[in-house]
Amino acid sequence: MSTWYLFRLFTRELKNQKKRIWLTVSGIAWGTLSIILLLSFGEGLKRQLGKADRGLGVNIVIMYGGQTSQVYQGLPKGRRIRFTDEDVAMLRQKIPNITRISPEYDLYGTTMTYGNKTLTERVTGVEPSFEEMRTHYPDAGGRFINKIDVEQRRRVIFLGNDLKDRLFGDQEAIGEIITVNNIPFKVTGVLKRKMQMSMYGGPDAAKGTIPASTLKAIEGRTYLSRIVYQVNQTDYAPAVKKEVFEILGQKYRFDPSDDKALRFWDTIEQRKVAYNMLIGIQVFLGLIGGLTLLIASVGVANIMYVSVKERTHEIGVKRAIGAKRKHIKQQFILEALLIAIVGGTIGTAIALVLITALRGIPVSEGPLELLGKPTFSLTIALATAIILGIVGLAAGFFPARRAAKVDPIESLRYE
Amino acid sequence: MIHMEEVTRIFDTGKVQVKALRGIDLEIDTGELLAIMGPSGSGKSTLMHIMGCLDTPTSGKYTLDGELIQALSDNELADIRNEKIGFVFQSFNLLPYASAYENVELPLIFAGISAKRRHQKVTELLERVGLADRMDHKPNELSGGQQQRVAIARAMVNNPRIIMADEPTGNLDSTSGEEIMNLFRELWKAGNTIVMITHDPVVSDHCPRVVHLKDGLIENGAMQLN
Repeated sequence: MSTWYLFRLFTRELKNQKKRIWLTVSGIAWGTLSIILLLSFGEGLKRQLGKADRGLGVNIVIMYGGQTSQVYQGLPKGRRIRFTDEDVAMLRQKIPNITRISPEYDLYGTTMTYGNKTLTERVTGVEPSFEEMRTHYPDAGGRFINKIDVEQRRRVIFLGNDLKDRLFGDQEAIGEIITVNNIPFKVTGVLKRKMQMSMYGGPDAAKGTIPASTLKAIEGRTYLSRIVYQVNQTDYAPAVKKEVFEILGQKYRFDPSDDKALRFWDTIEQRKVAYNMLIGIQVFLGLIGGLTLLIASVGVANIMYVSVKERTHEIGVKRAIGAKRKHIKQQFILEALLIAIVGGTIGTAIALVLITALRGIPVSEGPLELLGKPTFSLTIALATAIILGIVGLAAGFFPARRAAKVDPIESLRYE
Repeated sequence: MIHMEEVTRIFDTGKVQVKALRGIDLEIDTGELLAIMGPSGSGKSTLMHIMGCLDTPTSGKYTLDGELIQALSDNELADIRNEKIGFVFQSFNLLPYASAYENVELPLIFAGISAKRRHQKVTELLERVGLADRMDHKPNELSGGQQQRVAIARAMVNNPRIIMADEPTGNLDSTSGEEIMNLFRELWKAGNTIVMITHDPVVSDHCPRVVHLKDGLIENGAMQLN
């Protein structure tokens, strides 16, 4: 039957039932608004967390020396394993799937002075690979420590952006000399502001970074605080870990299966867990939105039932002049779908306006940094459209079936 | 064209069986103008519903245009109502939110006729009932007589084999009623078959043949008078 004809009559009828139909439409609009907002907040949270997660680095593993827990080759258990520079060189050479690797020395409680300002903060000694691996990207005009710095044990320092602000305020820091434990260092760069969620020893923004060789020489260190490495592909991480155990086990003579000998912070594994959790959160948010929409669809179905009842006589007349059951059904399903489409469009429009407005608010601190960036995506749009379609069809289907069952004789008598 | 043999219709309301029709034999030929009269409760409406294929007999045989009605499915009955029968009701039964034009168009929509052809037919019919200048009016903008004319145009639009009118003048004043009866007579003279259900002698006076119904049986008039 001519959909256009039905549509024309429906819009005409809108005028007669304005209030009721608009209440229903706003119910659907509200449901759509909540489902889109919830999903967009979920998506925004996911993206922001992803960004914050990258603050530490992607595909990196942080490794500490542990204590052996098994006797091995005549050696007692409980031996401490401590890393040296040589271990880093050996792992770099023997495991091709390790793309970047760096030793890291910690220097806690370091006094840093510039002019008449003195701070006590952490300084770490690392190699240039840290820049990429641990996202120590410099802000414009500066640079991270480089190979020559390490080779020549230069006294240069790369400042965390918070540290720089506290020490220099708004003043330019690059090229300036500060003292680190009374030894002068030249500032080569300042960390570009980044989101960092997970950390060890403190945020990167609050520490200074110097060449590993310089720190080793000044402090006379032999042992590293830890080794940080990056694998080229997430899937390789377990195999690489096994190789590390074998290589270091051979050198330090512990059983490669002794998992207490080395301690790991495996951010790759952690990310997988976090990712699954986020998917869980999104599904949960989607469910809440879906339920809101479901309630709205019950409203639509209810209105449609009332409409069927009110139009019983009309249905009888139509049947008398030759309407088949399917013609009657079509009419009600089309009406429910139209309500869903109009309501859905209004809800989506309001949601988009709200999302744009929220994204426009500048926030850089606290939980809002993670929550304040709702993101509307194609997936969300599709999911919402599909849910709306189902809701419209379902809300129309049952009343339509009732309408088609109307007995023409009974309904003609019904006036 | 209409052939009824021993047609009964029994309504089973659970405890009581109501025998609305108790054995109707009726023959209606093409081109007749026929009135079915009887007091309320005599089975007039039930007879019209069966004749109009809105209902089927409990027993007996009813053929319309050579087709045995009992054997048809719900959809086939809808097609017959759409193509072969035109209904005119006492209370007009127009869609209130649709214009005169759209009301007349509706049966053509159900029949799946193209927009161009629909336009042609609807215009033609509304002109024929004298409402060419009222096409865009809603039912509540028309007088009772005009509304009934729209209903007649709607009944006629698919060129039905038979028009069934249930108290077509029942809701009209005598002048409008007279006009509607004249319209029916015109249509009859043009060759249409018309069956009218009424208890108004003024209406039946217009009809060459009158069938009286009482307690679900035909009293007289089963045979053709002219």
